[in-house]
Amino acid sequence: MAKYLLKRLVYIIVSLFFIITITFFLMQAAPGSPFASERALTPALEAQMNEAYGLNEPIHVQYFNYLFSAFQFDFGPSIKYVGQDVTEIIARSFPYSLILGVEAILIALSIGVLLGVIAAVKHNKFGDYTAMVIAVLGISVPSFIMATILQYIFAIKLQALPIARFESFAHTILPAVALATTPLAFIARLMRSSMLDVLHSDYIKTAKSKGLSERVVTYKHALRNAILPVVSYLGPLVVSILTGSFIIEKIFGIPGLGNEFVVSVTNRDYTVIMGTTVFFSVLLLVSILLVDLLYGLVDPRIKVTDKGASK
Amino acid sequence: MAQSEFKQADFEPLQVDHAESEKIVGKSTSYWKDAWRRFRKNKLALAGVVIIVLLGIMSFIGGPISGHTYDGNDLLNVNQSPSAEHWFGTDNLGRDVFARTWYGAKISLFIGLMAALIDLVIGIIWGSVAGFFGGKVDEYMMRVADVLYGVPYLLVVILLMVILPPGLWTLIIAMTITGWINMARIVRGQVLQLRSEEYVMASRSLGASNSRLMFKHLVPNTLGPILVTLTLTIPTAIFTEAFLSFLGLGVPAPLASWGTMSSDGLSALQYYPSQLFFPAFFICLTMLAFNVIGDGMRDALDPKER
Repeated sequence: MAKYLLKRLVYIIVSLFFIITITFFLMQAAPGSPFASERALTPALEAQMNEAYGLNEPIHVQYFNYLFSAFQFDFGPSIKYVGQDVTEIIARSFPYSLILGVEAILIALSIGVLLGVIAAVKHNKFGDYTAMVIAVLGISVPSFIMATILQYIFAIKLQALPIARFESFAHTILPAVALATTPLAFIARLMRSSMLDVLHSDYIKTAKSKGLSERVVTYKHALRNAILPVVSYLGPLVVSILTGSFIIEKIFGIPGLGNEFVVSVTNRDYTVIMGTTVFFSVLLLVSILLVDLLYGLVDPRIKVTDKGASK
Repeated sequence: MAQSEFKQADFEPLQVDHAESEKIVGKSTSYWKDAWRRFRKNKLALAGVVIIVLLGIMSFIGGPISGHTYDGNDLLNVNQSPSAEHWFGTDNLGRDVFARTWYGAKISLFIGLMAALIDLVIGIIWGSVAGFFGGKVDEYMMRVADVLYGVPYLLVVILLMVILPPGLWTLIIAMTITGWINMARIVRGQVLQLRSEEYVMASRSLGASNSRLMFKHLVPNTLGPILVTLTLTIPTAIFTEAFLSFLGLGVPAPLASWGTMSSDGLSALQYYPSQLFFPAFFICLTMLAFNVIGDGMRDALDPKER
């Protein structure tokens, strides 16, 4: 187990190294200097600016400097916002994204699993069709359209919920629902097909013939096994919530990390782009590792160590 | 009495002709005919095909029949509601939303199809080579794919859109640069499974070359999963285009896509909801159609799903 963990950690570090390297050189290749959009600088001033940001060093020195400081979680100062460190920006904005993300994951998981179970239990009946119509619509309606529909109905027409900003729990409801829509639909479909598989297996028949009630069989026997594909979907779920946050936070005006990333992209604020990219990647690689470990816990038949060795 | 109608002869055993019993009565159907029969039964998937065909036709004739161009503006009639003159209304620059919607359809469908096609070509070559040769080749090729797969798709696309000059092909290149991996993994898995089949060995012992084995025997047999992945790649590409355009990283003006139109419509949502409604509706309709086609194909092509 320890060996497996170590191996995975080495992989994560190698991937991170690649990601840092690629983003660094991509940003170097990007057109325009970081000061291009400001008023024309006198050559002396530009030289001074380059000096201050370490941009006059040879490229390989810049690269190694960046690499070393990145591994210490120091991504340097923001180019656009004078006096702010990238690390500070991340620390300030990430909590918003975290709250929103956790809420969205909880919504997607609970309602998705519930819909899937209903659809499987009421197979080819009204409940099944309703649940699957919801699921297909959820996949077909992109999150940003969902967000605007929700804003239009609940904030503009009904005036029931706040339209934007992030101040109280009520503010988080609409963005979290919008963020959860697509993964929710995926989970519902996944859950339905795996639940259908499980419900037709022999041990369920045994449990039923023992005289156990329908409820016990469905929720104690079937659900436990049927939920496994959903657990393996948790990795992509985190990705989808993370990238979804770019657009949802923009629409709802939430000062989270996704919004910060989009703003830095439009501002061409290279240090912030690099910093957030690396931070997102760490977040993802770690959460995928956690999901793999969790999978081993949930399903004792799968030994993570074996899976790692056969890879 | 009823019993008297039976004769002794009725209880004689029929003559068994072994040659007769071996005869196949029904017409033999190929895999594809069978799949088509099953696909046809799926009304929802057929409706999806009809919708896509209609959208495709409208993307060409929609502009001309409206009598307006996608970029011609009429500043006296800005922000109009749908009317006899402008069927879907006009936007904040007085451009006809109907003409723009169908122009956007052309762009969105083109991006979706091109991205899926490029993914298909790279994915098939990469996946079949890795799966066919196995061993070290497979190991290295899939490690490359794994590293690329570890980085979230949209993050890569956004980073590329930052450094490349804006344009239609930039968008397609950015989307395909990591998009092919999914296809490659599916093809590799299939090829890996198929290459140990007897018919491959038979063909090999008859002296077939590697490329013949690969493209004549292995790729056609993986076509089912490939087609399903292909139909599901198209809505993903259309979604990604809309997503990027919404963030202001999509196709540059004056080109119109459903994504840029929704993004423009969002700012007018409170007063002119129709400007957002039409492009958003067609994005959803297209994604819905491709999704139900994909589901229908999966059910039709995968014998296990029956």
